[in-house]
Amino acid sequence: MKTFTKVRENPQVPALAIPQRKTWMKFKQQKFLFLMMLPAVIWALIFAYTPMVGLYMSFVNYQPTLGAFWQTLFSSEFVGFKWFDYFFSNGDFLLIMRNTLASTLITLLFSFPMPILIAIAINEIKNVAFKKTVQTASYLPYFISWVIAANIIVTLLSSDGAINGLLKFLHITNESVLFLQHGKYFWWIVALGNTWKDMGYSSIMYLAAISSINPELYEAAKVDGANRFKQIRYITLPHLKPTIVILLILALGGILNAGFDQHFLLGNDLTKDYSDVLSTYSFRYGIQNGMFSYASAVGMFSSVVAFIIVVIVNFIAKRVNGHSLF
Amino acid sequence: MNSKTFGERLFDAALYIFLAGIFVVTFYPFWNILVISLNDATDTLRGNLYFWPRSLTFESYRTIFRNPEIWSALQVTVLRTIIGTALSMFCISMLAYSLSKRYLLGWKYFSFFFVFTMYFGGGLIPTYMVIKSVGLIDSFWVFIFPGLIGVFLMILVRTFIEQIPGEVEESAKIDGANDLQIFFRIVMPLCVPVLATIGLFLAIGHWNSWYDSYVYTYKPNLKTLQAVLVKILNQYQTAGMMSDAQQLAQSSKQIPVSTESIRMATTMVATLPIIMVYPFVQKYFVKGMMMGAIKS
Repeated sequence: MKTFTKVRENPQVPALAIPQRKTWMKFKQQKFLFLMMLPAVIWALIFAYTPMVGLYMSFVNYQPTLGAFWQTLFSSEFVGFKWFDYFFSNGDFLLIMRNTLASTLITLLFSFPMPILIAIAINEIKNVAFKKTVQTASYLPYFISWVIAANIIVTLLSSDGAINGLLKFLHITNESVLFLQHGKYFWWIVALGNTWKDMGYSSIMYLAAISSINPELYEAAKVDGANRFKQIRYITLPHLKPTIVILLILALGGILNAGFDQHFLLGNDLTKDYSDVLSTYSFRYGIQNGMFSYASAVGMFSSVVAFIIVVIVNFIAKRVNGHSLF
Repeated sequence: MNSKTFGERLFDAALYIFLAGIFVVTFYPFWNILVISLNDATDTLRGNLYFWPRSLTFESYRTIFRNPEIWSALQVTVLRTIIGTALSMFCISMLAYSLSKRYLLGWKYFSFFFVFTMYFGGGLIPTYMVIKSVGLIDSFWVFIFPGLIGVFLMILVRTFIEQIPGEVEESAKIDGANDLQIFFRIVMPLCVPVLATIGLFLAIGHWNSWYDSYVYTYKPNLKTLQAVLVKILNQYQTAGMMSDAQQLAQSSKQIPVSTESIRMATTMVATLPIIMVYPFVQKYFVKGMMMGAIKS
């Protein structure tokens, strides 16, 4: 302490002491900023970083009955990659990966073009009241929970629900189709459900891009005799291309994230072979069956692969876009 | 207007039909659940309810509001939405303010510390274990603390704060105000638009969440509306997989398998607040989304 004060008073301080003193001064100056950050730092340490440490359970044979979590965790037998091996060599892996990829890719097939079409169509419409009504309705599903959406979907698809009513009315089928009891329909139901929920809201991005197009371009095209279709083809679409490319690249980043809610809520025992994705599988083994280490390994596999994909995707997006999106 | 060619008219017609289709697809499901919820529960079993209730009644709503489970769920949901939103807004905006100061000691490291959590996490099982070991199982605070900070929302607020001219804060500093005073007296009042945006995101998130209540709470008095709805959905799905004879046997035993009208009335109760506030807040969401998109 004595030497410390001495150093501070001495004008001929050794060069080494300056940065330290400066840092301390700076910290003191910024103490309120650190104080304001404190709750968030504590939050991140407990709820974001401690679970990452907890991933260690994927490498041990964790026995939940032996006592408090952290004690048990670090005294459990280390088994290395045993649980990962078990996951990859067991037939479930292929099934789960197939379902995850099928679900995300079919979703992409529908949910990617729809917002573009909606944005272009809304932009072409002159009737403001109609435009507003359609937009308001189309955003609405985005704001309800998947629980509500699942309840609605189950009702619409039930044997005497509106969809079967429509199919019968159009004479496409004479008997009710039991959509949610056959696995073969499952991916399509989830894909259309995802599209229904998000398409209106996703169209906002494209509408923002369209609104930045210079209206003189359309005027000039009109003078040159381009009809509306040609204007879309040669002006709107080329201007949307950067947005489309970036959003597509980013959408590919979520390819392993099939969404827990929709698969968990819409799936049932009859459709399990089609509805089980990485997240629901891990949930079932961990929370419901108590195979914590195995479920944690499955979860870790999906987070690590997803993280790698996101890093790659972000890198590509950066290249395409000139700067990072994050 | 009269100069439109036949092709133009056809094109317009196609656009209107397409968008009318979008309207029907996104709006009709809500109309359908409203119709079913307003129909007599026994009559609903006959099916084919599409556009209007066959026998209009509010009995399903009366039934669910007589149910203490729904009342308690409604209370828990409202309480968590208010407390959770307020606390999160407070902590997120404080963090955003600190991180908006690029001269902050270790700014780079703190930014990375938070942004990294957006891309990597421990996943379901370790998170469950952590929540269990900090004693949040069967506690009301499990709804508040694990989701306290939304890093994406923080970035929105930070971007907004960075756009405030530096002179505003500097003049306050010259007058002797410290960071806390500047934050509460100057920055927060200027941030009202962005705080409204994240507040709405947070409130809708709290209102809609079911997983935490479903997985981390066992006490019936901690079940949220959405968690109750999951339970009802599960009952219904199980019932749907039984044959008609089994269902008949069950209903004659008076086992309360929720009928479709009651299930839809519950769905409506969980949806209605969103439908009601949503037209007013729509523009904020749109703005918030645009801000997030433009920010980068």
